[in-house]
This record gives sequence, C-alpha cells and structure tokens, in this order.
Amino acid sequence: MQEIVQYLFSGITTGAVYAVIAVGLSMLYSSTELINFAHGEFVMIGALAMVTLWVRLGLPLPLAVAGAVAAGCVLGLVFERLAIRTARNPEPITLIIITVGAGIFLKGAAMIVWGKDPFSMPSFSSHESIEIFGAALLPQSIWIVTAALVLAGGIHLFLKQTLTGKAMVACAVNKKAAWLSGIPSEKMGILAFGISAGCGAVAGIFIAPITMSSYDMGTILGLKGFCAAMIGGLGSLWGAFAGGLLLGILESLGAGLISSGLKDAIAFVLLLLILYIRPGGLFAAKEAKRF
Amino acid sequence: MKQKHLVLAVLVIILSMLPVSGAMAADIYKIGGIFSVTGRASFLGDPEKKTMEMMVEQINAAGGIDGHMLEAVIYDSEGDPAKAVSAVNKLIHKDKVIAIIGPSTTPTTLAVVNFTKRAKVPLISCAAGIKITTPVDPWVFKTAQSDLLAVAAVYQQMKAAGIKKIGILTVSNAYGESGKKQLLGQAEKFGIQVVLNESFGAKDTDTTPQLAKIKAAGPDAIVCWGTNPGPAVVAKNAKQLKIDIPLYQSHGVGSPKFIELAGDAANGNILPTGKILVTSLLDDSDPQKKVLEDYQKAYQNKFSGNVSGFGGYAYDAVNLLAGALKGSSGDKGKIRDNLEATKGYVGATGEFNLTPQDHNGLSPDAFVMVEIKNGTWTLLK
Repeated sequence: MQEIVQYLFSGITTGAVYAVIAVGLSMLYSSTELINFAHGEFVMIGALAMVTLWVRLGLPLPLAVAGAVAAGCVLGLVFERLAIRTARNPEPITLIIITVGAGIFLKGAAMIVWGKDPFSMPSFSSHESIEIFGAALLPQSIWIVTAALVLAGGIHLFLKQTLTGKAMVACAVNKKAAWLSGIPSEKMGILAFGISAGCGAVAGIFIAPITMSSYDMGTILGLKGFCAAMIGGLGSLWGAFAGGLLLGILESLGAGLISSGLKDAIAFVLLLLILYIRPGGLFAAKEAKRF
Repeated sequence: MKQKHLVLAVLVIILSMLPVSGAMAADIYKIGGIFSVTGRASFLGDPEKKTMEMMVEQINAAGGIDGHMLEAVIYDSEGDPAKAVSAVNKLIHKDKVIAIIGPSTTPTTLAVVNFTKRAKVPLISCAAGIKITTPVDPWVFKTAQSDLLAVAAVYQQMKAAGIKKIGILTVSNAYGESGKKQLLGQAEKFGIQVVLNESFGAKDTDTTPQLAKIKAAGPDAIVCWGTNPGPAVVAKNAKQLKIDIPLYQSHGVGSPKFIELAGDAANGNILPTGKILVTSLLDDSDPQKKVLEDYQKAYQNKFSGNVSGFGGYAYDAVNLLAGALKGSSGDKGKIRDNLEATKGYVGATGEFNLTPQDHNGLSPDAFVMVEIKNGTWTLLK
C-alpha cells in the first residue's frame, strides 16, 4: 500500500511535467499543424537558463523563473523566424524535418554554451518531504503540479476569454475563414510558437531541481511529451494534460509493479496502441477535433 | 629522350622534397593513441590524451627509450565505435605505429581489438570492461580496474560491516549491466543475499518508484551502479524518501562532480575508488602515494584542472609501454612479450603484475573504500 502511494506521487510529479510539455506541443499543433520535434530542447533551455540565472547569477527566484521563461519564448520566436518561416516549400513533412534538425542544432549550441557536464539545482523551497500514508511527497512535486495546473488553466482562460485567444482558436479551426474575417493568421502562428516554447521552458524550470539538467536532457522529455499529447489527442488542451498525467502514472506504476527496465518501453507501447486503436487520442470525441 | 630526362629530374626533385627520410624514421618509436576526447565520454578521453602527450614529452626530455625518441599519434574516437575503428586502421596502416594506447571506453575497445589482433599490434586499453581481457588475448592489455575488483572491494567492506541483504539498482547500459552481473555473481562468495535487483535509465529524472520498491523489500543496504548523473538522482531520491540504510555507489561516480551534483544527499554514500582521488589521505607507507603526487604535480603544472583516475589509466599505459619498449628495438612481438612479463610496476591505478593469464594485473587493493562526509571524501579502513 505504502509503495503504491509512493508510485502514485512519483507518477503524478513526472506526469505533470509531461503534461506541461504536451500542452505546449498540442497548442502549437492546433494553430500551425506542426509537430515540433525540437520542443524537448526548449525544456532543456528552460532548465539550463534557470541554472545560469538562479544558481550562477543568484537572481531572486521569481525573477529567475520569469527570465528563463522569457528566454524560452524569445528562442521560440527566433526559431520560428529563422528555421520555419524561411522554408521555401512548407509541406508539413518538410517542416517536421526542419524541427528535428533545429533540435539537434539547439542541443549542440547548448553543449557549447553550458558544456557537457550536468548541473544540479536546489529545491525551490527548502521544506522536508511530507509523509502521507508512509510515502514521501516532495515539496517540489507540489510546485510542479501547481505550476502545471496554473499554466493549463491560464492557457484555457486565454483561449476562451480573450479576443486574441479566440482569434487563435478561429485560426486553428479554419485558417482561411479566419483570415477572411480579418484575423492575421500568421501572427497567431507566431504567438503560438512563443507560448509553446514558453510552456517547454516552464517544464524545464520546474523539473530542474528534482533531476540533473544537461544539454542532452531534452530529447527524451520531448518524446515523452509527444507520447502524452498523442495519448490525449493532439490538439486538445486538456486531453494533452490528462495524457501527460496518465503517462507519468503508468510509467511509475509499471516501473514499481512490473519492472523498472520497462519504464521507457511503457510510454512507446502505449503510443503505438493509441495509434492503432484510437488514432484521435483517448479523449477525442470521434475524430481528431481541435480545442 | 630529352622528355624522359625531364620526368626523371622532376621525380628526383619531388622525392627529395618529401619530409621524412628513411634513416630518420627508424630512430623514432611511433605509438598510437585513441581516446574519446570529445563527445559523451570526453571526461575519460580528455585527461587521457593530455596525460599521454605529457608523458611522451617527459620521456623524450629524458632522452627517449634506448636513445629512440617517442612520437605519439592521437586520434579522437568521439566515443563512437565506428570512428574508433577508422582511427585504428589509420594507426596501423598509415601511421604504422608499433603499439596503441586506448580506446577510452569498453564499446570502442571491443570494436577495435579484432583489428589490432590481426595486425599483431599490442593494444593497452584504458577502459574498464572485464570483457576486454577475458578471455585473454595475447595482444590485448588494459590498465583500468575491472568491475570485478570494484565489486569485490565493496563486498569485502560490507562483510566487515555485517551487511547480509542488499538491494541493487543499476543503470540500464553496458556499465550497469556489467556491474549487475558481477554484483549477482559474487554475492554468494561473500555471504550476501541480493533481495531485489532493479534498474534505471541513464537519463531518468526520477528513481523513487524503484527505491520505494527496494525499501519495501527490507535490505540492509542499497548498491547503486552507474555513472553520473543517474546515481546523483538516486542519492537525492533516497534522501527524499528518508531511506536510512547505507547507500553504496560504484567507482563510476568517483569524482568531485558527484558531490557537486548530489549535494547534501551525497553525504553518507560509500564507494570504491582508485587511490588518486584520496592521495593526500593515503598512508605515507603506501608505495602509490609518491607516484600519484608526482603525476598530479606534473599534470597540474602543465594543464589547468584536477587530475582524475581516468588520466591515471593513460599514465599507467604509457609507463607500461615505455617499460616494454626497452630493449625491444621496436619489434612488436618483443614489446608484447615484455608487457606480459611486467612485474611489480607501481602506477597511478595500482600495482601491476601481468601474467599470460592476466592482462590487467591488478588486485582488489587497487581500490580503497571511501565515505562521503561533509561534502568530502574520507577513507574507510
């Protein structure tokens, strides 16, 4: 019993990180129909920017978090401008391959800037772990889950309540019709890039204290986020969120109850099953519907 | 006819312009090096390359070997077996070296041994994998301690501390698998029972499920076998889960980086390590102490940064080779025979006693057990 609770805590923590990554991926897909395989690298940038701003430069925590998110957003915009918009033949497959290449570039650039060694970071708050039913709950887990909820909630409100958000949804539903009614669809795409990269950076910032940050941490996290987004239904905000949590919990239970060697396999077997049985994702009504 | 003379003349000019004349080349002993200078395993290859260059310089400054100068030809394998193979072919066929030091990792070493065996060139690997020298091949040697010795050192210490039941947690790559095999294989000999064996991915961000499972199995101690950064995550998680039984690590984390990564959680961790990490703590009667101090002084004078045990592997490889080159007049077969007959060489890694059955030549006392206390190493007796 005690272990099951521990597995759940661990799963929810990891799952919340996957959820934030998946939300970013999903968000970008809805607005631009692009699957960004460099997304994981923004997670890495967020974590390493945090190392520089908070650990090295000693900025206050809120300022460092804001700075790291801003770094992610700006890099996302630069990425869009230099790598995506300059593509002469913007077929989806071409763009996807561009993102793969850009991801490798970002990883290499980070290796030059931050070096090859991993970095460690203290927890955001120095509380002891809390014991519930004999299982330890880390304070950082609470931070992560809160951040994930706030972020997803914020994006939800933004899309449903603000004019810009509604314009973005309109673009996602039908780009041409949105353009005809005077919505600058290109700008919406750029905005989606910024927000998506920012989400990635947030995931990196919050995961950094519980793990080690290094230039090559992003790829596997990006893939897990992609799995999560597919499980929940690419393009759906809360679907991606739920997919992330589900993936995290299943991984943790699988590692605990079956075998820890299977941890990564679980994610990808799940992805294959979803693609075979429900290509639209678990939470999609019939076919892949956006928002 | 005139044209033919012209061609001849041009040929003569070209030949005379070629840099190395035959007579001079015979005076130089060319030795090869293959190290993972860049890439993931650069923490191994970089100090090894620097050490080899430094040692060759020292030997030449002292007049070379039997009057022959040494020349080191070093290639970067980037930790990639394919690149290591192309490097070894270049060394054998283009540079025509008489012996090779390296590669730095077990996979790259295993990739090149077939080529050196076929060409009958002695190879002294700096990698730890036990597969390199078992079964023994006449042409393959290595200087790094095997997992076999590290596990033996850990179990000896556990036996003395009265630990009977352990849970093991290994990284799922070649290093962890090899460690797991040794941990499971030698347990019985030391009267230790492995109650649970679990693994974690090299890039896992969280190992609490595995640790919770091990904790529930109720062992006396946990052994984690991996290289940075994974074991630091394990140490952190163990502290967060308030696991109060001893946590043993492998020699793979024997560097200040581990303490930096794991922070507070590193305290109380016990691990086997080469003596180089704790030189200043060694007994003055330890024959290795002076060797290590000399090496450290020379290295730090030439390069910035601290020495590591990995550089020590190259240090020993060059010294073993230098010893074997004496009186060999550059004959590869003789170098091999001399290497195999090396006895009582005290190096940075340990005391080497090579035999036709043992091409590593070290014993478990090449390791010392250390405990991390207050963020620094302390020797365990």
